[in-house]
Amino acid sequence: MDLSTLAKALAIGLGAIGPGIGIGFIGAKAMEAIGRNPEATNKILVPMLLACAFAEAIAIYALVIAFSIK
Amino acid sequence: MQGTANVKQEISHETTLFAEPIFHFGNFTLTNALLSSWLAVLIIISLAVILRKKLREVPSTLQNIFEIVLEGALDLCDQVTNSRALSLKVFPIAITVFFFVLINNWLGLLPIGGLGILEHGEHGLSFVPFLRGGTADVNTTIALAIMAVIGANLFGIFSIGIWKIFNKYVNLKALGQVFTKIKKDKTVIIVAPITFFVGLLELVGEFAKIASLSFRLFGNVFAGEVLLASMAALFAYILPVPFLFLEILVGVIQALIFSMLLVVYFTISATDHDEHSGHEAHKEHSQIEKESIISSH
Repeated sequence: MDLSTLAKALAIGLGAIGPGIGIGFIGAKAMEAIGRNPEATNKILVPMLLACAFAEAIAIYALVIAFSIK
Repeated sequence: MQGTANVKQEISHETTLFAEPIFHFGNFTLTNALLSSWLAVLIIISLAVILRKKLREVPSTLQNIFEIVLEGALDLCDQVTNSRALSLKVFPIAITVFFFVLINNWLGLLPIGGLGILEHGEHGLSFVPFLRGGTADVNTTIALAIMAVIGANLFGIFSIGIWKIFNKYVNLKALGQVFTKIKKDKTVIIVAPITFFVGLLELVGEFAKIASLSFRLFGNVFAGEVLLASMAALFAYILPVPFLFLEILVGVIQALIFSMLLVVYFTISATDHDEHSGHEAHKEHSQIEKESIISSH
């Protein structure tokens, strides 16, 4: 029985749960900070994008594994 | 995934997770990602030469654009290093890596990937493009990551001396403290071996840095290419456009993150973790904060 498709699906599926939640938290805190101080939006934006990219990188690791499973 | 047939011939390359060879100079294999990297280097060199020739007091448009970009990047660098002197030391390599990664990322989006050859393969004819984004090949990103981490350590050796960098990993100073501080503070006999072990873990951390840097960049760019190919296969006309914009943005963000992490690693390496430099960094940080507040008004 060929389980490789299931393996690929599980790899990316489970691997995307954590980063999804993480990016949600980052966005929520950024929204909160902007709501408290709308003038600081530009100062908050760049560190938020940076943190999002770090969290997303974990999902990308899972995606690379999913691609490399034959 | 599209085009995953394996083709082996003299002047052709294949599209898979790994870049396809185009040409063989004896033992040296030229892959399409390597060709794109050379094209990116050519673009950077020609831009640099053109800018140098047209350098004026009152800037032309091209010079103006690059002055804006460089000023912004130097300010961003200052926020990380907290020291203008250190920024100026690290900035050349950081901005070079930024432009190299950015142009490589964007070259993967251009339709020049359509130039290629049809080759006879195991499953019949298969298409092998001449140009493929350099960073979509894991070799390029691993090479950049290794350069960044080894460069950071070398920069640390040149900045604060090889003994301190050696102590970061093999913490002989902590072991020595067992003998010198045993009379004042009895707990040092437990703390020192732990500190030594933490130092060894830092070595593992360096390899983790290499892996994370390379796979973050490779994964983002390669997944973007696969996404674009899938969208184009789905419906070739209007559908890929928003994904192209997304890929442009992702290219910029990933280049920015790579070079910013490079600056962070260089700064961490060059920072002496004694109290003296801590106070100096704090003073310079507030100085730079004041300057940026004044300049932003």
